[in-house]
Amino acid sequence: MVIDDLNAIAEAERAARKKYTLRCCMAAGCHSSNSVAVKKALEQAVKDAGLEDLVEVRGVGCMRLCCQGPLVQVDPDGTLYEKVRPEDSASLVGTLRGGTTHVQKGDPNSPFFTEQLSIVLANSGYIDPERIESYIAADGYRALHDVLREMTPKEVVDEIIKSGLRGRGGAGFPTGLKWGTVAKTESAQKYVICNADEGDPGAFMDRSVLESDPHSILEGMAIAGYAVGANQGFVYVRAEYPLAISRLQNAIKQAKQRGLLGSGIFESPFTFNIDVRIGAGAFVCGEETALMMSVEGKRGTPRPRPPFPAESGLWGCPTLINNVETFANVAPILRKGADWFASIGTEKSKGTKVFALAGKITNTGLIEVPMGTKLRDIVEKMGGGAPDGAPIKAVQTGGPSGGCIPAEALDTPVDYESLASLGSIMGSGGMIVMDDATRMVDVARFFMEFCMDESCGKCVPCRAGTVQMHSLLEKILNREATAADLQRLEELCQMVRDTSLCGLGQTAPNPVLSTLRFFRSEYEELLKKETAHNGEPRAAIR
Amino acid sequence: MIATISNTKKNRLPEILEHASGDKRFKILEAHMKKHQFKHDALIEVLHKAQELFGYLEDDLLLFVAYKLKLPPSRVYGVATFYHFFTLKPQGAHTCVVCMGTACYVKGADKVLAAIEQAAKIKAGGTTPDNQLSLMTARCIGACGIAPAVVYDGTVTPRQTPELAVQHVKGWIDHGN
Repeated sequence: MVIDDLNAIAEAERAARKKYTLRCCMAAGCHSSNSVAVKKALEQAVKDAGLEDLVEVRGVGCMRLCCQGPLVQVDPDGTLYEKVRPEDSASLVGTLRGGTTHVQKGDPNSPFFTEQLSIVLANSGYIDPERIESYIAADGYRALHDVLREMTPKEVVDEIIKSGLRGRGGAGFPTGLKWGTVAKTESAQKYVICNADEGDPGAFMDRSVLESDPHSILEGMAIAGYAVGANQGFVYVRAEYPLAISRLQNAIKQAKQRGLLGSGIFESPFTFNIDVRIGAGAFVCGEETALMMSVEGKRGTPRPRPPFPAESGLWGCPTLINNVETFANVAPILRKGADWFASIGTEKSKGTKVFALAGKITNTGLIEVPMGTKLRDIVEKMGGGAPDGAPIKAVQTGGPSGGCIPAEALDTPVDYESLASLGSIMGSGGMIVMDDATRMVDVARFFMEFCMDESCGKCVPCRAGTVQMHSLLEKILNREATAADLQRLEELCQMVRDTSLCGLGQTAPNPVLSTLRFFRSEYEELLKKETAHNGEPRAAIR
Repeated sequence: MIATISNTKKNRLPEILEHASGDKRFKILEAHMKKHQFKHDALIEVLHKAQELFGYLEDDLLLFVAYKLKLPPSRVYGVATFYHFFTLKPQGAHTCVVCMGTACYVKGADKVLAAIEQAAKIKAGGTTPDNQLSLMTARCIGACGIAPAVVYDGTVTPRQTPELAVQHVKGWIDHGN
């Protein structure tokens, strides 16, 4: 494969385009709402109408507005159809010849779509994730070519540093710095790992990226491999995402066939292979040291850092671990330049972030917005607020490691520092909206139960502490707790946070601490009034 | 498994291999291990395949894997019990997985689960006595846009209510009555 071959594939793909394209969402949300049958029915309807030369039916990745799926969008005019059923296909195809249809129409000019800025999801909803040609026609693998032919590994690392990209897995560590450390560590063998163990409940961004644009991850990983000097990559995916796994495996196969993975990529001396590793349902494996244990085929228990994986990781070799979304940003940065990327977002948080909007909100789905966008804009303007106009009570970000942001703080801009100052974290990007019907103590108990079940059991503070905190929360919910119990809960939170081995334990108290900070009254209302000897409730015990 | 090993002081290997020789699925599993060159780090992949073939991981199966991969049985057992995805008990003919992710939870997944538990007279994690239905919960299946979601026999079904869910599993739990 040389650049002319790449251009030829792209040209052929573009030349094969027809006058109309019916883009049919085939990502997880729509997939489970029967979009496979819808696509089949549309293909049949096109055939029946004799329009095969004019109309292409294309299965694409996530089209964002999951709650209205299955979605079908018509190019070139952009009409968006919602909740399409297989039996609607004839009338839908009929509209191309001036017919009418009663299928519900969406508004592609609503704020939900217009307020988005797509870098990671730029191809999502447009290209066919099952065909590499579709990705190549969207300038795919061009960045890899330019990097291999025109840049030194050091120049690539410098470009990533200059872009200001930070890890999208939640903690926000500067990506370029990590790449630089791995590149500098001397070793005959190095590895690149893509962390696709998206365990946070309520988050489905990585899943959507893998299902919608798997080649962008492969390209990002190959570029990273070149920059740090690795020849082997692993993608660690959850077993709960079968569709993502099959699309990823299919993408790797196609890339190998085309010579875009393997040895001598673009006739350079660079060799890079990628294998898929499937998780087996352990939340702690999202932690990087635990994940590496799992890739090695062992129990996924974390180990203390340092040494950091960048120095001693997989089988003791220097290892670069980045999140799915981080890798998806790499090719666009190298294609369009670090300055372009750095011009988006805030001073310390560059670029965009993908969020999975879910819970008590009208428009559930996937959004990508520039860093620094106000939470209120996301929840009220784009999300359309809670259904039935109920007031929003809180927004939960960062899953079990994050916290609840109260409605009063909705004007906070979304970036790493602002969310941390509210006791929450950016996290991987799950955003769950809660309304008045949600009891915050119940939410805290829900997350603590999660952490209790998922604690790997290696260190005592996390293994025993989560159990104790959970039973205290149960006690509070059963109205059996006293003020002393609440105090003990707070002490335990501090202790578990400060002494746990890995991120799971260190962040497990966050949901409790943040709900205590903003919704303390809900806890206090549930406390048992301590009774004095005469049986009368004692006044306000603090 | 611990019991199996400690109860048999003698090497049970010949017995297990004989058991395996009469079952085609062991051959498929061995071919899968060969594909991974019997590498130790392929253990999780091999266990995935074993569970796919047999439905659950019984003692002899784990010992067979340990022997073929040249790993101590403790390591294989340790991995099989660490990960939630692997089960050491047989599953029912049908499976029903209720997603208990945050988005599903705030939209009432707990009520859906309670309704199924009541209808099937089993708790989450259990199997009906006639082995027809296994009821499980999932941490999050990433289908938050269509919450609450339930997976019936591998098919993700959107926007469930307690009534819809009970209706769905009814055919399975009434079986034989």
